Amino acid sequence: MKNNANQFIQSADEALRDPDIQKAVPYGTKLGFDKRISAMYEFGEEHGEALRDEASQIKRRTLANLPALLEEAEKNLLKNGFKVLWAKDEDEANQLILEIAEKHQVKLAVKSKSMATEEIGVNESLEAAGIEVVETDLGEFIVQLAEERPSHIVVPIVHKTKESIQKTLEEKAGMPPTEDPLAMTRFARAYLREKFLKADLGISGANFVVAETGSIGLVMNEGNGRFVTSLPKVHIALVGIEKVVATLSEYATLTQILPRSATGQTITVYTNLINGPKRPHESDGAEEIYLIFLDNGRSEIYQSDYAESLACIRCGACLNACPVYDVTGGHAYGWVYPGPIGSVITPLLQGLENAHTLPYACTLCGLCKDVCPVEIDLPHFLLNLRKDVVQTQKGNWMWSAGIAGWAWIMKHPKLYRWGGKAAARVLSWIPLKELPAPFNAWTDHHTLPTFAEKSFTELWEEHKEGQNE
Amino acid sequence: MPLPKRESPKGKRVSLFVTCMVDMLHPKTGISVVQVLEYLGIEVDFPANQTCCGQPAYNGGYHDEAKELAKDFLKVFKDSEVIVAPSGSCAAMVRVDYLNLFADEPEYLAEAERISSITWEFTELLVDGLGIENIDGVLNEVQSFAFHDSCHGLRMMGIKEAPRKLVSNIKNAEIIPLEGAETCCGFGGLFSVKIPNVSAAITEKKLSSIQENKADWILLGDVSCMTNMNTALEKKGQPKRVRHIADILAESISGSRAKREDNPDEE
Repeated sequence: MKNNANQFIQSADEALRDPDIQKAVPYGTKLGFDKRISAMYEFGEEHGEALRDEASQIKRRTLANLPALLEEAEKNLLKNGFKVLWAKDEDEANQLILEIAEKHQVKLAVKSKSMATEEIGVNESLEAAGIEVVETDLGEFIVQLAEERPSHIVVPIVHKTKESIQKTLEEKAGMPPTEDPLAMTRFARAYLREKFLKADLGISGANFVVAETGSIGLVMNEGNGRFVTSLPKVHIALVGIEKVVATLSEYATLTQILPRSATGQTITVYTNLINGPKRPHESDGAEEIYLIFLDNGRSEIYQSDYAESLACIRCGACLNACPVYDVTGGHAYGWVYPGPIGSVITPLLQGLENAHTLPYACTLCGLCKDVCPVEIDLPHFLLNLRKDVVQTQKGNWMWSAGIAGWAWIMKHPKLYRWGGKAAARVLSWIPLKELPAPFNAWTDHHTLPTFAEKSFTELWEEHKEGQNE
Repeated sequence: MPLPKRESPKGKRVSLFVTCMVDMLHPKTGISVVQVLEYLGIEVDFPANQTCCGQPAYNGGYHDEAKELAKDFLKVFKDSEVIVAPSGSCAAMVRVDYLNLFADEPEYLAEAERISSITWEFTELLVDGLGIENIDGVLNEVQSFAFHDSCHGLRMMGIKEAPRKLVSNIKNAEIIPLEGAETCCGFGGLFSVKIPNVSAAITEKKLSSIQENKADWILLGDVSCMTNMNTALEKKGQPKRVRHIADILAESISGSRAKREDNPDEE
C-alpha cells in the first residue's frame, strides 16, 4: 500500500477544510468513545479495569512466547486441514495469493474486512491479474466504490456523511435514489448477495488464531464474513503473526474486550471460530483454507523496544479518543493504520524515514493509553519514536538548531534571566499582532503572550525583603 | 514503570519549582503559590538558578538536551525536602518522565527517583499530601468556576478532585461543570507550532465549550494550557477567562484576612 505518512501536515490541512470530514468524524468518534465506556464498564469500573488487566496480561504472555505459539498454531492448524503459509513481506503475501488464485482459476474474489490485506494492497494485486475483487463489509464496499481507503480501523467510512454515501451508491453501483439508510443497506445486501453466489475465492483476515485448537477466530456484525469464509470453495485468511493466542479461554477473554472497546457492544453479532475446511459429512464451508501468516516488519518490531505495540487487537478505541484524529480523520495519516496506534506502528512497519512526522502528530494528552484494552503505553512509544527521529537525524535541522539554542540558554541561568528581561522589553516596544513566517504558526491563531515586566525571581526577592523588614 | 513511593510532606520545608513559564509569563501566579503556602504555615524556599525542567526538549525527542537540563534540576533541588510546582505538566516531567530519561544512567537514576518521590503539583500537595481541603478562603462576592483538567496533571499525576475540593470550600465560590473538561485544549507544547492548524482546530472545540459555559472563570493548574486558551480567546476578541487555581486561592485568603480584620470577633 502506498505510503504518504510524511505528508501528514499537508493532508491534515486538507482534512480541516473538508466539511464532510469535519461533520462525520467527530460524530462517529464521540459515538464510539461514549459507547465504549458504557459497554466496558457495564458491570462497574472495577470489573472493566480487571478485564483490561487480564487482556493485557494475555497479550504480554503471548508476546513472550510468540515463536513457540506460532509453531504450535501451525502444527494444530495443519492437523485440522488448513494449509499454512508464511509471507515475509507484502510482495511474498501477494505472490502467494496470486498463486492460489491461479491454481483455482479464480475470476471473482469476495473479501471481508481485514487491515492486513490493506497493508499488502491485495485488491490492486489481484485486479492487475484480471481478477475481480469485491469488498463485502458495507463500509469497505462503499470505500471501494468511492475509490478511497478506509479511514478508521473499525469504521472504514467514519469520514463519510449519509449524503456522500448515498451519492456513491447511486453513481457507482446504480442504486435507485433514496435517502433512507435502511434502503441503502438493503440495496447493498442484494448487490453483494449476487457476488457471494458467484465468487470462487473468499479472502478474510482473522482477529485471533488459537494455537491449542488450531482455529481462527473472526468477530463481525454483518454476516458477510460467514459468506466469505463458507460460500466460495477456497478461503484465504491473511493474518499478522501477532494475532495468535495460546488457549481458547484466552480467546474468550479477548472476544469480550474487543467489541466493548471497538464498537461498544458486549458481543458482536457474529463470533466465528473456524476449525478447518469442510469435512465430508458437512453441508457447507470452504473446501480449502489457506492461512497465510504475515510478517511484513512485525519480527523486527518484536525484537525492538517497541515489541509491546504488537499487543494491539485493532479495536480502534485510541482513534476515537484522540483529539488529533477527531479533527483530521484517518486519511491524513497517509498509510493503513491511523490515529495513535498508526502513529506508532506506521514508522515501525514502514521505516522511520517514511513516517517521521507521525510521532509528532500528537498533543501527548495520554487519553489513548487510558482507553487501550491491552494497556499499550502509546504516548511513551510516541515520545521514544521522537527520540529516534532526532537521533537518526530524520527530523528538521531548524528545529534541532532551535532546541539546541534554547537548551543552551536554559543551561545558563543568568542568560535565561537576561533573555527573559530582554524579551519583555523588546515585545513591549514592538507590540506585533501578526508575526512573519514561520512565527505566524502561533500568531495565526493566538495573540502573543506577554512577558511580565518583573519575573518571579525578582518578585521573590521583593517578597523576601518585605518579610525581613 | 511504577512511580517511587512518597513520604508524607507534612512538617517539611517546601521548595518552589516555579517553572519557566510562570517565572517569565505569569510570575504573580508563583507569588500566589507562596502566599497560600505561607498562609498555611508552610516554610517555602526558592532554590536559585532554576530554569526549565527540560520538558520541551524531552517531548520534542531531544533527550540529550533534556538530560542536560534535568541534571541541572537535580543539582538545584538536591537539598530539597519537598518540591512543589504550580503545573501538573512540569511536575509530571520530574515525577514521571525523569525516570524514563535516566533509565539508562544509573548514576543519576537514584537521585532522579528521590526527586521524583518528593515532587508534587500544587493542589496535589495541599490535598493529597498535607490533607488540607479547606483553606478558609472567602471571596468578596459570589463567583462561579468551572474546571479544565489539564492532560498531564489528570493522566500522569492523577489530579482530578484536589482542585475541586479546594475551591468548593471557598466561601462565595460556586462550581459549575464544564462540558469536555477532560478533553485536551490542543496545545501540546511544540505541537502547537509544529502542526499549528490541527492544534488550533482542537483548541477551537475547547473554546466553544468554554464559550457555552456560564462560569465566571475556567480554572486549571497549568499556565501553558491557560496561555494557549487565553491567547486564542483574545485573538477572537473575547475576554481571557482562564485562570490558574493558585490565583483564586490567593485571592480568597486575602478576602478572608480582610474579613477577619473587619470582624475581629469572628475568629
